[in-house]
Amino acid sequence: MSTGYDPKTIRKDFPLLSEPSGRLRAYLDSAASSQTPRHVLEAVSGFYERYRANVHRGMYEASERATERYEKSRKTVADFLGADESEIIFTSGTTHGLNLAVQLIEPRLGPGDEIVTTEMEHHANLIPWQQAAKRSGATLRLIPVREDYTLDMEAARRLIGPQTKFVAVTWASNVLGTVSPVAEICALAKEAGALSVVDAAQIAGHRPIDVRQVGCDFLAFSAHKMLGPTGTGALYGRRPFLDELEPVSFGGDMIKEVTFEGATWNEAPFRFEPGTPNIAGVIGLGAAIEYLNRLGIKSIWEHEKELTDYAFARLTEVEGLKVIGAAADKDRVGTIAFLVEGIHPHDLATVLDAHGVCVRAGHHCAMPLHHKFGIKTGTTRMSFGPYTLKEEIDALIEAVHKAKQVFRV
Amino acid sequence: MSQLHEMGDLGGMYLDNILEHFHAPHNFGELPAGADILHQEVSLSCGDDLSLGLTLDADGRVDEVKFNGRGCAISVAAASMLSDRLKGLTVPELAKLDKEDVFELLGFEPGISRSNCALLGLKTLQTGLNKYLRKQDEK
Repeated sequence: MSTGYDPKTIRKDFPLLSEPSGRLRAYLDSAASSQTPRHVLEAVSGFYERYRANVHRGMYEASERATERYEKSRKTVADFLGADESEIIFTSGTTHGLNLAVQLIEPRLGPGDEIVTTEMEHHANLIPWQQAAKRSGATLRLIPVREDYTLDMEAARRLIGPQTKFVAVTWASNVLGTVSPVAEICALAKEAGALSVVDAAQIAGHRPIDVRQVGCDFLAFSAHKMLGPTGTGALYGRRPFLDELEPVSFGGDMIKEVTFEGATWNEAPFRFEPGTPNIAGVIGLGAAIEYLNRLGIKSIWEHEKELTDYAFARLTEVEGLKVIGAAADKDRVGTIAFLVEGIHPHDLATVLDAHGVCVRAGHHCAMPLHHKFGIKTGTTRMSFGPYTLKEEIDALIEAVHKAKQVFRV
Repeated sequence: MSQLHEMGDLGGMYLDNILEHFHAPHNFGELPAGADILHQEVSLSCGDDLSLGLTLDADGRVDEVKFNGRGCAISVAAASMLSDRLKGLTVPELAKLDKEDVFELLGFEPGISRSNCALLGLKTLQTGLNKYLRKQDEK
């Protein structure tokens, strides 16, 4: 490639890809969870081996080092998002981040208010809002997905109005691959005086993020989908707005002063991080961003775009195969869900697995979206990462043909 | 073995007998009128939808078995094989059937991600049976 981006060299940094165990031939499930490079593994084990201690507390070298590394990750994440480090709350992942955002702003919600989200949300950006609406008497409105699998922006303009309190939108659908015009949607929210929450789980590590450009009030992502450890993520919350919010869970590290009668809170973001955090995970997240920056996020984006075009070209060769998602020429990420006529997605995934091809089959935590398009069985989904090779897509296509032979379709 | 190699490591899934049951399931069709044991089980996670109806004869043994619905190959084949096994069994014998019996009929034990598919037919039977037993209790 002209940029010098070489996924074959990159794979050498990933133990599971360079020395695959079992029958692994093609790892095409990065949208569910990505693989981890040695740089991240070493950062995580380095904490456990060399300076394992709690953060923000111990007055000794190891604890100070742990605190420094933990807080350095906060700065790394802030730079990664174009935010300030005081705007970064560490979480256990996107689901936790989105639920936390809902809990933080729910006190502002009452009967007659409206929440606007979309039909292509992951359950994690749908159910918390459904529950908040039920508790508060607010109404949930949905921006429809059109037949071409893009958001109906005319409807969005109609739906977002003075009655809207919150707008929650995924930046990229984990099923359709569709990329939302997030900046436009957040601008509509702002104009209407509503707060905006962005689910960036499928964007972080795949495209550059600039929260000021997006104009959102909250943005959540997970480490494990962008080469970092599991059980870690971050929630960006815009300041000074973040300072106005009351904490929703309580314990150590989040307080300023405690008496037997009550307590006052530490400043943001610490007041939203009660208890001992996932220190190793956060350090690993920082390392993952360092590694991604070394590869260059824009180069990763280009690489995945090239893979997407290649996959679409190969998929059209397969008779009876239908992509459920945005076309290749639309603004989309490298997550491609599809159906093969006559083969249940679970059977297809099992045959692919028998050929060493790892994909996901099911509803991908977006059941109502599948049902909207009349799909009861779920779909089979392939998705890419910075290390994905065209040969892995070839392996999938070959295995799909084998599955068609098995099922005589 | 050459076919197995060609078809990848399928661990016994989708062998000819499984596929035969999938393409032409036994005892498939309209449920018997006045079925004694009757249940529909829907698996929302994969869209499988299975209905099973059994009639009992004067001796309390399974006389007629029918099932219908839709599902993946593993769930349909397992339900088809199970339906063959049910004929002539008494209610206590039906109650004793468990997942090991289903895996034995299939000839393999599916992994953790496919066990639910294989066991959907059994679950349908067990729920139907429980409904039947509750009704008998009420009488």
